Amino acid sequence: MKPGFFVKEALRSIRRNPIPSFAAMASMLVTLLVLGVFIPMVQATTGAANTVRGRVLLDVYMQRDATSSDIARVRARIDNNTPHVKKVEYVSKGQAYKQESARNPEAYKLLGSNPLPDTFRVTPDDPDNIGAILNSLAPRNTAGHRQLADQSIERVRNEKDQTDKILTVTKLVKWAMVILTSLLVLASVLLVSNTIRLSLFSRRREVEVMKLVGATDWFIRWPFMIEGVALGAIGGVMAVLLLAVGKVALIDPLSNDFALIAAPKTMPFFALAALLLGASVAVSAAGSGLSLRRFLRV
Amino acid sequence: MAATEIQRKPVAQPERRQPDPNAVIEFRGVSKTYESGDVGLENATFSIARGEFVFIVGQTGSGKSTIMRLLLKEHETTGGRIVVAGRDLSEIEDKKVPYYRRNLGVVFQDFKLLPNRTVHDNVAYALQVTGRSRKEIRAKVPDILRLTGLATKLHNYPDQLSGGEQQRVSVARAFVNHPPLLLADEPTGNLDPETSIGIMQLLYRINRTGTTVLVATHDSHMVDRMRRRVIELERGRIVRDEADAMYGRRGGGRDLSTSEFGALMRGEPAPEPQRMPKDPFDEVDEAWR
Ligand SMILES: Nc1ncnc2c1ncn2[C@@H]1O[C@H](COP(=O)(O)OP(=O)(O)OP(=O)(O)O)[C@@H](O)[C@H]1O
Ligand SMILES: [Mg+2]
Repeated sequence: MKPGFFVKEALRSIRRNPIPSFAAMASMLVTLLVLGVFIPMVQATTGAANTVRGRVLLDVYMQRDATSSDIARVRARIDNNTPHVKKVEYVSKGQAYKQESARNPEAYKLLGSNPLPDTFRVTPDDPDNIGAILNSLAPRNTAGHRQLADQSIERVRNEKDQTDKILTVTKLVKWAMVILTSLLVLASVLLVSNTIRLSLFSRRREVEVMKLVGATDWFIRWPFMIEGVALGAIGGVMAVLLLAVGKVALIDPLSNDFALIAAPKTMPFFALAALLLGASVAVSAAGSGLSLRRFLRV
Repeated sequence: MAATEIQRKPVAQPERRQPDPNAVIEFRGVSKTYESGDVGLENATFSIARGEFVFIVGQTGSGKSTIMRLLLKEHETTGGRIVVAGRDLSEIEDKKVPYYRRNLGVVFQDFKLLPNRTVHDNVAYALQVTGRSRKEIRAKVPDILRLTGLATKLHNYPDQLSGGEQQRVSVARAFVNHPPLLLADEPTGNLDPETSIGIMQLLYRINRTGTTVLVATHDSHMVDRMRRRVIELERGRIVRDEADAMYGRRGGGRDLSTSEFGALMRGEPAPEPQRMPKDPFDEVDEAWR
């Protein structure tokens, strides 16, 4: 209809209520800063956890004196009688020795002989199913002790405990982020809503007159809506700018030195910026809408 | 209708079946009981023809503002029907109310001006609200301010104006859309007698352009002098509804010039009978329609 008129009205109102407007803007800024830091963090930890999860293996070490028929038997058992197996890789003593001594030649030169057993590396179809494979290859007896399913197996080893720890940490980070973000979003909605309420209150005469001279509901609402969304968007833009500065000043130089920071996959910065701006508009629109619904009976 | 005929209507007229084709406003057995139980209006029946100038008088609490609020569709009736320009108000949906209101100009006792807007912007507001173009606003606002004698106060804020001037602004705002119907609820309630006459002159001139004018007031002095139709209320009931014998409805007698009108209001002898001076308001109609 008259976007110029509405925007002018909205700016006029922001100037008239500078303190609540500033509070709403600041709260939006903090919310988005936290979001902007947490989203890449959660992505990075989730990515790291997934990498660890993806590497989860079950090592089946054979007895040192296992014969080739033992090995064939165990392989058949893993292939045919064990659930949730995605992949089995056989690493013979010789191959293992080559791999390890290539990685650490001095230590292996000292050892002289090959201490490594033949090994099956079992990859589960899902990291969570690693327990099932373990139970199949080393079931618990009635007393609760593990007993190996085949006597030529020396040991079955997994890294589930470690994975569990990583997953717990990731989950914690995620939940912390969800709770913190929810609280901050709530605070932002309420502060924007409060600003609009004050603005409505200070302009109630105007609203009354508008109604009397025949303004439609949306003609009355638009300036308030724009006011709220403008506050949110300004907070959003400032947050994005601060994050950009932080990224260029802190993260980028670090990631050149540290492979660790660059390694996990996070979304590109412009996508994050767009997401944050979108969120700021949505949150502030929700705040304005809340007040308009409650306090503007048109 | 003969100008000499005195109209007297019974206090509570039975509801008429046929709508009066000449009526701009028709109240048929209208009652309004507020949620608090207060009776605002009780079984009021009257009709106002196009171009009439009608006073609504009565003591405080008699229901004058109730009639105005019902006409503005700020409140709903609790009985009876109100028909404005052939439309039953109860049939106007909520969403359509703003469009209905654009046909009404409203003037209040407390002016209801926007304090942080200039005179010009206050009047322009009524046009902006209805989505008029900037060009139209630039053309109409200075015009109406000139007609209401505010040409020099264009950029003043309401608190820099006298009460009379503020009320002129609110009349200008009410009339800038050139509505067919103008409602004024105690437009002179806060003004001294001389200023009140100025405002009444303004309303009189507006009425002469063809706009139907409805004024609620308890200034009986002014009502007596103006000799227009008077509807008197008492505790929500119509106790008197008559057109003055001498001047009749719609100024059916002689049309007064603004200065003659002013003299009449002040109780002075009328100035020399003369050719009616040209009143710029009289051209408003052709120019704006
Ligand atoms: N919003 C309301 N809620 C409840 N009762 C009301 C409301 N408005 C008016 N009334 C009651 O309706 C009756 C008529 O009020 P109204 O405002 O029409 O009087 P009025 O003739 O305009 O009086 P005044 O000359 O003082 O302006 C009064 O008894 C009043 O108390
Ligand atoms: Mg009143």
